[in-house]
Amino acid sequence: MDAVLNGLPHLFRGAQVTVEITILAAILGAAMAFPMGVLRLSKRRLVRTLAGAYVEFFRGTSALVQLFWLFFVLPLAGIKLDPMTAGVLALGLNIGAYGAEVVRGAVQSVPHGQVEAAIALNMTEMQRMRRVVIPQALVAMLPPLGNLAIELLKLTSLVSLITLHDITFNAQTLRESVGHTTEIFAAVLLMYFVLASAISVGMRALERRVGRWREAPLDRSRAALRQLADTMGGVPA
Amino acid sequence: MTILKTTTLQSDPVERQAVPDPTPMKASDMVRFRQVNKRFGETVVLRDLDLDVAPAEKVAVIGPSGSGKTTILRLLMTLEQPDSGTIEVDGEHLWHKANKRGELIPADEKHLRTMRTHLGMVFQHFNLFPHMSVLRNIIEPLVRVRGMSREEAATRGRTLLDMVGLAEKECAYPGRLSGGQQQRVAIARALAMEPKVMLFDEVTSALDPELVGEVLSVLRELAQQTDMTMIFVTHEMRFAREVADRVVMFDQGQIVEQGPPCEIFKDPTSPRTRAFLKAVLEH
Repeated sequence: MDAVLNGLPHLFRGAQVTVEITILAAILGAAMAFPMGVLRLSKRRLVRTLAGAYVEFFRGTSALVQLFWLFFVLPLAGIKLDPMTAGVLALGLNIGAYGAEVVRGAVQSVPHGQVEAAIALNMTEMQRMRRVVIPQALVAMLPPLGNLAIELLKLTSLVSLITLHDITFNAQTLRESVGHTTEIFAAVLLMYFVLASAISVGMRALERRVGRWREAPLDRSRAALRQLADTMGGVPA
Repeated sequence: MTILKTTTLQSDPVERQAVPDPTPMKASDMVRFRQVNKRFGETVVLRDLDLDVAPAEKVAVIGPSGSGKTTILRLLMTLEQPDSGTIEVDGEHLWHKANKRGELIPADEKHLRTMRTHLGMVFQHFNLFPHMSVLRNIIEPLVRVRGMSREEAATRGRTLLDMVGLAEKECAYPGRLSGGQQQRVAIARALAMEPKVMLFDEVTSALDPELVGEVLSVLRELAQQTDMTMIFVTHEMRFAREVADRVVMFDQGQIVEQGPPCEIFKDPTSPRTRAFLKAVLEH
């Protein structure tokens, strides 16, 4: 047991790498998902097709194979990426493709009347998107984006296969040196779970913040009851 | 029959572009449809529509559902494009502009944006921005589109909210308001942009019956007090009779009959108008 406890700092160092890749890939993923999701709805066919091609390609092929391409195949063409860059690029582009679909769906879920009102107020196309559509779509897209962030966290274990020392990689090296397979992988399980829970809590806080305007509209039946109570001389409803 | 009401506001004749046009626009026309056609798939919604509206005139468009009334407003607000024909607003082509040789070519977004400054619209379903407070619904377009300062926009917003009787609701989100209150905010928001022509698309149709009155009374007051040109598509016959200078009866994409409310409501000449009014008023 001591051997496992002594190995914990090793696992924590791995967790740092995991967190780092998750954050960087999430930033890249978001940077791809928003424009690509919106461009998939463009009036221009070429733009729509290009954004669609990105989504279909990265969603339609395995993240692990994409990672291997960036790390093992590109060097053959003279492009050498360090493991961190390759890991962030592959995971970010992959998760960004899924994110683009979430963004597209959420944008489409905003009622068309909102855009028409914005046109009637003479907003530019950019203003309509930025001021009217995206803020409303954000509320719809946050829960599925939270899922994707957790998905991304778990996906980072793949980078252990391109020599990055993340949690999974360090767990394996620890196990090879001290044994205690069950305890080590129990600790690893717990670490992923704690990290995923942190993402969950963060996303829920963000949802509440972004969706403040969505408080339940005044409950009519309750209002009616209150009015009735008033007319009956203030009997509590 | 067209009633032209002249006002001092629009007295100077609008400078025309060098566009060949067989029927020059009367200097006093604010809105002018000429031979406008619109179809959705197989359905013809507007058929060779000619319609003139004078500055400051209040026109009520009535007629059965699906007769194309709303399409008139949507074409004017540039939400739909006509298939053929021309529409002019304040002497300028809406969906067209003249090229260097003086020929009419389809308008680009830049031209449409210039033209939209003349127009405002209130929708059947209010279409307030739910993620903005009542006051911000009014301020945002003023600041972003008109380039007004936040303070100036807020002052104007508060004045208008006061006018529609909702001064105390400025911080509320639209989801917290009743339909009637939301529609009054929507009216204030459209008015804030100071359009020359206001379009009202069945603004009471989505409201519970007990909330219709508060919206109509705001509109009644507005119609009496401003020189703004107003076009109402409405099913409220009493309101049309009280407020409109002219009533246009519309059916199957065409104007069936038009004239002052007293004529149309008391003594309609067209059998279709008679049948429609009978059905509506007996209801």
